[in-house]
This record gives sequence, structure tokens and C-alpha cells, in this order.
Amino acid sequence: MKFSVTVTLKKDVLDPQGKVVENTLVNMGMNNLKNIRQGKYFQIEVDDNDQITAEKKIDEMCKKLLVNLIIEDYKINKI
Amino acid sequence: MRSTVIVFPGSNCDRDIAVALEKMQFKNQMVWHKETKLPKSDLIVLPGGFSYGDYLRSGAIAGKSLIIDEVIKAANSGCLILGICNGFQILTETGLLKGTLLRNKNLRFINKNVCIKVMNNNTRFSSKYKKNQILKINIAHNEGNYFTDSKHLDKLNKENLIAFKYCDEKGNINQESNPNGSLENIAGILNTKRNILGMMPHPERMIDEIISNKDGINLFSSLLN
Repeated sequence: MKFSVTVTLKKDVLDPQGKVVENTLVNMGMNNLKNIRQGKYFQIEVDDNDQITAEKKIDEMCKKLLVNLIIEDYKINKI
Repeated sequence: MRSTVIVFPGSNCDRDIAVALEKMQFKNQMVWHKETKLPKSDLIVLPGGFSYGDYLRSGAIAGKSLIIDEVIKAANSGCLILGICNGFQILTETGLLKGTLLRNKNLRFINKNVCIKVMNNNTRFSSKYKKNQILKINIAHNEGNYFTDSKHLDKLNKENLIAFKYCDEKGNINQESNPNGSLENIAGILNTKRNILGMMPHPERMIDEIISNKDGINLFSSLLN
């Protein structure tokens, strides 16, 4: 079973990389650009047939290593 | 006094800290991160560098290495722990110190000598300094921008757990003297029990007049006290 995990900085945490990317796109003439936040993406495959158990495992992985809960939020999706 | 320096793949200040400790008459041992036992130590140092190439987040992988369980046990039983630069990042990833170190606000790797102020000299790490003493110490990092939640920040202030703050040569603590965007100019913090210090500046680089200055020496002599 395959899952994706998207990790993004929390709303209040400054994202200087995202800001620089945003400014560059504006400079390139991309109008109507409101805001860019940069994040991380993981694709995880687990050996499980039960989706709930598998999601629990992925959630544990996120909490224990993949995500720094002080500054980051995450979303798990089945793919 | 017995010290132990933990060495991770990618550590690059491990020799420097060993030289500093030995110069100060510590009986030092180096321990590879895959070990599962620590030698008897009064002080454990997590050195600077780029453990695991800063993969995932600075210090994240090192923070889960085999020896870290032993470091956490030692810390909980009162052993002195010093994390410098990447070592500070590792300490936050293990949870031994709260908060985290974000990317520098200007997105640049900063390597320069900066001034820091001794905010608390009533600790095992700083008793040989005077309160508010200004030290010139090298910083060399890409993620040194300390961040924590407001509740913890209050606690740091109320319990006097901020060890060092960035300042200018006159001791002014403000935006101009903040090299990396760190919250309230924080350069180093202690845990509640004050047996753990994490700091971004490198005291081990300031132990010899010939190559720099001696502003780092008193941190080590405080520990010997």
C-alpha cells in the first residue's frame, strides 16, 4: 500500500525559502501570485493490507522522525 | 573530569573539541554513534558538523542513532551534556532541549566571529564568566535561527534558562546584532535542571590566542570547577 506524506511549515513559521521563490516568480512576471510556502514530500510504501493499520504506521513515522511537530504540519494520503 | 565526545558520520568539530578538552585536562574519550554503551562520563559533548549531511533536518537522523538512548539516560541522571552547533540541533531533535533551529533568516551560511553576552553565569557551564560579560566567539551555521513556542519562551525567560544572547561589541541586544534571526537573539539555552547546554557558537574554537582568542576557555574551566 502506497501513501504520500506532505510536510509543510506551520502558518506562523517564517518560510524564507518560500518567500524567495515567491519573489522570484513575481519578478518573472507571474501576476496574481498571493503566497508560496515550500514543503517536503515523501512517498512511502508499506507491507500492509489494512488501510487503517497502515495509516497508523505512517502516522507514527511522521511523529517520530519525518516531521518536526514544533514547526511543521503534515498530511497523509493514500495513493 | 571525564568527558566523552560522540562522533557521528559528518561530525567535523569532534577533533577540535577533543583538543580543547584535553588542553583543559579533561580525560577525554571519543565514542562512535553506533556504540550502545557510554564510558563513565561527567560530561558528554555532541560536537558540531553536518551529521548525516543534514538529511531530513539538521540533527534529525543523529538524534535517533543508537548511542543517543544512552545519552538521554545519562542526561536524565544528571550528567552534564554540551551540544555545540550541530550538537545543539541534535539536542533539540532528541527532545532533551525544547525548540528547534530554523534556517538562518538571510538564507546564507554564516561563518564569522560574533559577540555574545553571558546572560546567566550561575550554571555549571558559565560560572567562570561574569554576568553580562561579552565574548567574541565564532559561529558557522546554516540553521541557527532558534525558534520555540511562546509558552516555552516565557519559561526560558522566567527561569533564567537563556545562557547566551547575540549582541554587538557594546553589548546591545537588538535586530542589528542578531546574525541569524534567532528568537530574542538567543544563542544558547539550558534545560530546566541546567545540566544540558545547547549553543550555536563554537567555544572550542576560542581557546588559543595564536589562532583566535581565549574567550571560550572559561566555559571549560567552569565545567572543571
